[in-house]
Amino acid sequence: MTRALVNVPKTAKRGEIIEIRAMIQHVMETGYREGPNGVTLPRNIIKRFVCKYGAQEIFSAELFPAIAANPYMAFSTVATETGTLTFEWTDDKGETQSASAEITVT
Amino acid sequence: MKISRPSLEEAIDSFTGGASVREGRVKFEISPLVENGNAVPVSVEVESPMTAADHVKRIALFNERNPQADVVVFHLGPRSGRARVSTRIRLAASQTVVALAETSDGAFWSARAKVIVTLAACIEDISQQ
Repeated sequence: MTRALVNVPKTAKRGEIIEIRAMIQHVMETGYREGPNGVTLPRNIIKRFVCKYGAQEIFSAELFPAIAANPYMAFSTVATETGTLTFEWTDDKGETQSASAEITVT
Repeated sequence: MKISRPSLEEAIDSFTGGASVREGRVKFEISPLVENGNAVPVSVEVESPMTAADHVKRIALFNERNPQADVVVFHLGPRSGRARVSTRIRLAASQTVVALAETSDGAFWSARAKVIVTLAACIEDISQQ
């Protein structure tokens, strides 16, 4: 099971800018390395990341092999309402991992 | 075998669609000397009010000497509140790294950083062979 870690403040004041940090366990195999038998290891990277606040997409990223293994991203958003933030990572194999966090906005 | 990759400037042109890029407004935080090219922390902050009328739409990173010029493209909007992103990147050699920001008025802003890498990311630099 792949581990995904997200860090979202539990509570925030309405209108406050909050920082969100997200990391997922992934090899991010570049496709430029050779294995022990001299055969190039096939590329397998997380290529897309999306963060939604409620139903609305607030942040996304397209990743390339130059992103380090276990991709880490930090970004910010305005706390608008109490709700759920969902995070989704998609890799070259089409596998999707997700995580979520609740926030209470006062 | 030689891998052909677009030059740094070609990669930037394909991101901007050939639009002119101005220096400024982008604050690029990356260490000038890194020991381990496998995971280099970077932060990019763009001066912007981040309102519906005036905000940063995209922030992208490009490199000069990795096998591929693209690093990452972040999509932001007025709901970001602040145009600041952080991540960790791979650098296969000492080189120049460029941060670009596209604002909602269609302008492009950039900042460049030269980084010396003592231990390169573990990707064979095939272009040197």
